[in-house]
Amino acid sequence: MKTYDLVVIGGGSGGLSAAISAYDEGVKNILVLEKEAYLGGILLQCIHNGFGLHTFKEELTGPEYADRFVKELIEREIEYKVNTFVTEIKKNDEDFTVIYSNQEEGFVLINAKTIITATGCSERTRGEISMQGDRPSGVMTAGMAQKYLNLEGYLVGKNVFILGSGDIGLIMARRMVLEGANVLGVAELMPYSNGLNRNIVQCLEDFNIPLYLSHTVKRVIGKDRLESVIIQQVDENLNFIEGTEIIFNCDTLLLSVGLIPNNPLLTSLGVLMHPKTKGPLVDEYLMTNVKGIFACGNSLHVHDLVDFVTNEGAICGKSAAKYLKGNLNTNNIININNGKGISYVLPKTMYLNNDTTFKLNFRVNKPYKDVELIIKQNDKIIKKLKKAYLIPAEMESVIILKKDVTSLDDIIVEVIE
Amino acid sequence: MFDITIIGAGVVGSMIARTLSKYKLNILVLEKENDVGNGASSANSAIIHSGYDPEPGSLKARLNVRGNYLFDKVAEELDVEFMRIGSITLANNQEEVEILESLVERAALNGVCVKVLNHDELKTIEPSITDKVIKGLLAPTCGIINPFELVVAAMENAIDNGVKLHLCEEVTSIVKQESGFIVNTNKNSYETKYVINCAGVYSDKINEMVNKKSFTIKPRRGEYFVLDHFDNNYVRHVLFNVPSSKGKGVLVSPTTHYNYLVGPSSEYIDDKEDVSTDKETLDNVKQKAYSLVDNLRLDKQIRIFSGIRAVSDTGDFVIEEVIPYFINVAGIQSPGLASSPAIAEMVEEMIKGKELKEDYNPYRKPLPRLNKKTIEEKIALCKTNPLYGNIICRCEKISEGEIVDAIRRNCGATTVKGVKKRVRPGFGKCQGGFCEASVMKILARELGCDIKQIVYGKENAYILKEGTKGE
Repeated sequence: MKTYDLVVIGGGSGGLSAAISAYDEGVKNILVLEKEAYLGGILLQCIHNGFGLHTFKEELTGPEYADRFVKELIEREIEYKVNTFVTEIKKNDEDFTVIYSNQEEGFVLINAKTIITATGCSERTRGEISMQGDRPSGVMTAGMAQKYLNLEGYLVGKNVFILGSGDIGLIMARRMVLEGANVLGVAELMPYSNGLNRNIVQCLEDFNIPLYLSHTVKRVIGKDRLESVIIQQVDENLNFIEGTEIIFNCDTLLLSVGLIPNNPLLTSLGVLMHPKTKGPLVDEYLMTNVKGIFACGNSLHVHDLVDFVTNEGAICGKSAAKYLKGNLNTNNIININNGKGISYVLPKTMYLNNDTTFKLNFRVNKPYKDVELIIKQNDKIIKKLKKAYLIPAEMESVIILKKDVTSLDDIIVEVIE
Repeated sequence: MFDITIIGAGVVGSMIARTLSKYKLNILVLEKENDVGNGASSANSAIIHSGYDPEPGSLKARLNVRGNYLFDKVAEELDVEFMRIGSITLANNQEEVEILESLVERAALNGVCVKVLNHDELKTIEPSITDKVIKGLLAPTCGIINPFELVVAAMENAIDNGVKLHLCEEVTSIVKQESGFIVNTNKNSYETKYVINCAGVYSDKINEMVNKKSFTIKPRRGEYFVLDHFDNNYVRHVLFNVPSSKGKGVLVSPTTHYNYLVGPSSEYIDDKEDVSTDKETLDNVKQKAYSLVDNLRLDKQIRIFSGIRAVSDTGDFVIEEVIPYFINVAGIQSPGLASSPAIAEMVEEMIKGKELKEDYNPYRKPLPRLNKKTIEEKIALCKTNPLYGNIICRCEKISEGEIVDAIRRNCGATTVKGVKKRVRPGFGKCQGGFCEASVMKILARELGCDIKQIVYGKENAYILKEGTKGE
């Protein structure tokens, strides 16, 4: 059985970045396993531009952004396999056994001293949100329609309504129009959009596509293919308001109603999951409670920008390298919790050790204006930031100096209005 | 000239076709849909009921108990997933305890072994129950089955044994001849000696094409939640509410793949094909299910669906040779799935002048079932066919080899739903989000058609509207 120091599961932006950074930190015996036919992950179907503003100070398309990292990987001669699916990870005393399969080799067992999972996320479906009415074809997730359009070259429909104002929904609104479809509107359950502001402007407003805030699909109609949808306004408690129905005749309903980290391999290993993010609970090194298993990217928590995934992948690769060298000091553990106004904080724990900094990522639970963000231990404030606005759609990140953390008490992040 | 024409390829039509395929009979099955088992047979609780519940002396009672008994053999011969996990009917108050005790008498009359257990006894065998449960009726012979597989397997085996299946053919009229019948469809016309009417919700209409009205089918809809698989021990038995003055109640049950079903509702509707769902009804299902399990994991919900039962106004199954050579098999609502092998036996006895074939093979070629194999077996299987190494469905870990097999068999899949029903890609958490495009490509390749022609389920349920690259 072959043994690798590091097996990276997932060759998208998180996995690529993790493999490259681990290599640069001295780990040479790496294998990257990718399910699809090409490295790059979901970026390959994101052919719009706007990627890489933070990382490269350029506006790249998804495939261009991915290509930069694929080239880096290949330059370093890091081993990878495409069309390869990991079916199982087993924990041994000292290391892990990974079972993967592909058409060329069949099922193969390998040993891995450490594993980074970067398996992305999946879209919430109509079944998960209890969409009412009929179950015709033509109701699908926005990402699925994007795959059919951008990778396979097929338009899924000509008259389109979109539920949910997540970024993929917004991007697909514009994309479908550019390919000759009519996009009749976008309905968003909340009184605010869940997408990036620039996407609202560039994908909806520039194309005169109406956005119906505080609206949702009440009923789907169509026995075979979708024929129409009825949307209706909701009040602050998300209950339907009588008499506000609008009917749209359409052949397609795209759903952009949330992304959920995809971690089918981890639960059977005993990895604990975060109830809010649905990804694994990790420490500041992005290591799970199962020592040697690390996670990054959208399978850890859903990110707004690929640049953030790249950064997280780099932290993850570095951490795995440290772990392999036996330099990961996990003494003096401190819990990190979300306080008022915060929906989740990641990581779950940090360590008071010789490292100088650690990074906190978090999201607020609703939009805020002119507030203070406080990071504290008991009554001692570690960091205070003034924020003109905060919205759930945008993840906040703060670097904390460990010298400012003076006790082993829980760290709390909260919003003060 | 056919000896037998069976109208409808649901579980009943398919099981009858298979049973009769052991005789030297020229058998035709007509199905209006583009696949077998697309009606009630694919949208139900997937339960092989023990048979304690139907009215003693009814056809339902007799055929349910006999059908349940036959299922070990049927499942083994047809390679269909079937597990006798037992059911527990849970009583939460004194009224329900009294009803539970009356069910014991009923079970005895029906010849079904049951046992009343108290709370503590129940808690040891079924830790998921709520603290409110006072007593429960355990019926150990109750089983769960993969209903999609059952119908496909029965029809596949029937075709293996010479039965002809014509899909997308809707019967438009039936003309009685001096001997036999002419069955006209939207496409063809067939002469047949026997007509066996297994047309589900339309069986009253088919009957009335030849005979005078003797029963009416009232469509009754049941709506369900489907939970993802997350813990094989979450619920170990089929859990039922006691039918009481408050209504029939619902069930919480594992499926053969350790998904969990929560439902059904029970609503009479007018439209025979209205399988829509609605929030109020499902909320009501939810409320009832809270009385069954302590921790109803609706956070694991991946789908909602509804199915239509063909309920006869006679209150029982209608199985009769209503005029010579015209057999109605109608009103087969619950426990229809459980009764299906016994219904087939009963119809078999009605067919006169039949002669056994020498070469009848009751066994269906087993499915590859990669997930049930050891790693050594998987490695060996990939050497015989490398497509078993290419995993298409991430959630359910289904390989290209299994999908190709499901398409190439007799009664093979031709639609995305057809593949899903046979080998499960699209059944998982992502509901086909990741694998549907790959499944479509495999279907188009195997069927030799353009990918745009591949539909989700029904004939007009297209998925791709048009090409964008130079078309």
